[in-house]
Amino acid sequence: MAGGHRPTSARRRAVFFTLAVVALVVVCALSLAVGARSLSPGVVLNALTHYDPNNTDALVVVDKRIPRTLIGLLAGGCLALGGAVMQGLTRNPLADPGILGVNFGAALAAVVAIAVFGVTSPSGYLWFAFAGAALASVLVYVVASGGREGATPVKLALAGAAVSAALGSVITAVQLTNTAALDSLRFWQVGSLAGRGTDVLTQVAPLALVGVVLALGLGRTLNGLALGDDLARGLGQKVAVSRLVGAVAVVLLCGSATAAVGPLVFVGLVVPHVARYFAGPDYRFILPFSLVLGPVLLLGADVIGRVVALPGELQVGIVIGLVGAPFFIALVRRTRLGSL
Amino acid sequence: MGVVLGAVVIALVLVTLCLGAFSLSVPEVFGALTGHGSRSANFVVGEVRLPRASVGLLVGVCLGLSGALFQAIVRNPLASPDIIGITSSASATGISAILLLGLSGFALSGIVLAGALAAAAVIYLLAWRNGITGYRLVLVGIGVAAVSTSITSYQLTRGKITDVQQALVWLTGSLNNSTWSEVLVLAVAVVVLVPLTLALSPTLDALRLGDDSALALGVRVERSRLVLIVVAVALAAVAVSIVGPIGFVALVASPIARRLVGGGRLALVPAALLGGVIVLASDLVAQFALPGTSLPVGVVTGIVGAPYLLWLLTRTNRSGQGG
Repeated sequence: MAGGHRPTSARRRAVFFTLAVVALVVVCALSLAVGARSLSPGVVLNALTHYDPNNTDALVVVDKRIPRTLIGLLAGGCLALGGAVMQGLTRNPLADPGILGVNFGAALAAVVAIAVFGVTSPSGYLWFAFAGAALASVLVYVVASGGREGATPVKLALAGAAVSAALGSVITAVQLTNTAALDSLRFWQVGSLAGRGTDVLTQVAPLALVGVVLALGLGRTLNGLALGDDLARGLGQKVAVSRLVGAVAVVLLCGSATAAVGPLVFVGLVVPHVARYFAGPDYRFILPFSLVLGPVLLLGADVIGRVVALPGELQVGIVIGLVGAPFFIALVRRTRLGSL
Repeated sequence: MGVVLGAVVIALVLVTLCLGAFSLSVPEVFGALTGHGSRSANFVVGEVRLPRASVGLLVGVCLGLSGALFQAIVRNPLASPDIIGITSSASATGISAILLLGLSGFALSGIVLAGALAAAAVIYLLAWRNGITGYRLVLVGIGVAAVSTSITSYQLTRGKITDVQQALVWLTGSLNNSTWSEVLVLAVAVVVLVPLTLALSPTLDALRLGDDSALALGVRVERSRLVLIVVAVALAAVAVSIVGPIGFVALVASPIARRLVGGGRLALVPAALLGGVIVLASDLVAQFALPGTSLPVGVVTGIVGAPYLLWLLTRTNRSGQGG
C-alpha cells in the first residue's frame, strides 16, 4: 500500500503481472483438483482430455468444478474491477460493493422475487438481484453525495451501512412470514460458488463482459478524475460523461457478480489496493491487475473453504469476510485516509 | 417535555395491559394490579402483560440512552450501536449460540452480553491510534459489522429450517415470553447505568464542543470518552442480550428527542423515555396489526425506522454534519 506513490518501472510491472497470471493459473488448477474428493493433477488432466461420463472423477471435474471455477473467475474479476472503478470514480479508498449497500439491494430484490413472484431457482431471481444491486448503488451514492464536500469516505460508508440496515430489516420482515423465501434465500445470501450451474454462467456472462470492456477502457479517464474534477475538466475530459460510463460499468460488473454468487463483501475493496501496490497509481495498469487478482482471491478463498471444514465446506462469503476485515481495518487505521 | 413523555409511557403501558386475546377494561386492569381482580385477570396482567410492558419500557430506555450517548461521543447523528457493529456482533454471537449450542433464556443472554462487550472492546482497541477519533470508531465498527453479518448468514445456512425460523425471531428482537426475571436484570442495569449516565452528562456536554475545547475546560478527554463508551455499550448490550437485537430504536430516539426539546441540548432523559415510547408503541402494532399473527417487535421498528434513517441521512449530509 505504501508503495502506491513510488514510481513503478515498466519492467517491474511486467514481472508482477506475469506472476499474477501464474498465480491465477495455479488457483484455477487447485480449484479443479481440491475438494471433498481430492484429485491428483493427472486425474484432472485426464478428465479434461478424455471425458468419460461413467467415471465419477471426470463427472466431478467437468460437471461441478469447471462451472464453479468459471463462475469464480467471472465473479472475482468483476467484483475487483468494479471495486477499482468505484474507488476511482468516488476518489474513495473504502468504496466496495459490500460496504456500499449494493449487496442488500440485490438480496431484497431476490426476496421480492421469491415471495411475491414465486420464483424459485437462483437463475430465476438473477435479474431481480441485478436490478436491486443497481438501484441500491444509485440510492447510496445519491444519499451520500449531498452536502458541500460530496461523497466523503465516511459519508459513503455510513450511507452504505444505513441503507444495508434499512433494507435488511425489510428482508427479515418478509422472511419471518414466508418460510419459502427464508429457505431459498439463506443459501444465496451467504455468498457461495457451490451449486451454481452453467445456466447462471451463460446468463450473466454477456453483461459481465460488456462491463469488463467498458471498465478496462476507463483507465485514462480515472487517471484524470484522480486529479480532481476541475483539473480533469481542464485536461479536456467530459467529467459528467465519464462518471456516467463508469457508473454503468460498476453496475454491470457488481450486479452480474452479485447475481451469480450472492452478496460478497471486501473483494472489491481489497483487490484494487493490492493491485495498486504492485501496479503503481496508474489506473491503466490497476484495472487489468485487479481483473487478474480478483479471481485469485476469490478462488483461493473458495479452495480454502472447501478444505477447512471437511466433509462439509465453508462458503466463500465467510472466508472472504474473515480475510477481508483485517485488511479493511488496517486501511481505516492509515492516517491519510482521504488521499488515493 | 419529560412529563409529557412520561404520561405517554404510562398510557402505552396501560394499553398494553388492556389489549390482547383476553381483553380487559381499565378498571379490571387496576383491580388485577392491586390483586383484587378475577383469577384469570390477575394471571394475564401479573404474569404475561406486565412483564412484557416492563421489559419493553426498560429495553427502550436502555437503547434510547445508548444511542444518545454514542451520537454525542462520536458527534455524528448516524452513529448508533446498530450501525457501528455492536448490535451485529451481538446478533452473530446470539445466532451461533442458538443454532450451535441450542441455548435459550439467561444462558443465551449471558453469551450475547459477553459477545457484544468483547466486540465493543475489539472495535475500541482497533480504532485506537494515539487516541480515538469518531470517524475511525465508526469505520472500524462498520468493518466489524460486515464480518458479523457474514457469520450470521453463515449460521443461518446450517440449521434445520424450523430452528432457523425460531432463531430469526430472536434475531429480529421480540418481547414475546417476557418474564419477571428478565425485568429484574434490566431494572438492575437501568438503576446502575442511568444515574451514572446523568452524572457524566456535563463531561459529555464538554466533549460535544470538540476535543480541544473539552481539554481547555479541564476534561480528561480520552479517559472520559472511554468511560462514556463503556456505559453506552453496556446499556445497548444488556438490552440486546435480553430481547434480541431490536433495530433502529437507539438510532432514532435521540434525534427525535432533541428536536422535541429544541435548542441543540443533549436531552438524555427525553431520549431514554422516547426509546420506551417507541418500543411500547411498536410492540402494540406488532401484536395487533395483522390479525392472528404476533410479529416480533423488531419488524415494526425496522420498517418504521428505515425510511426515517434514509431521510435523516440526506438531511444531515445536506447540512454537512454527516462526516
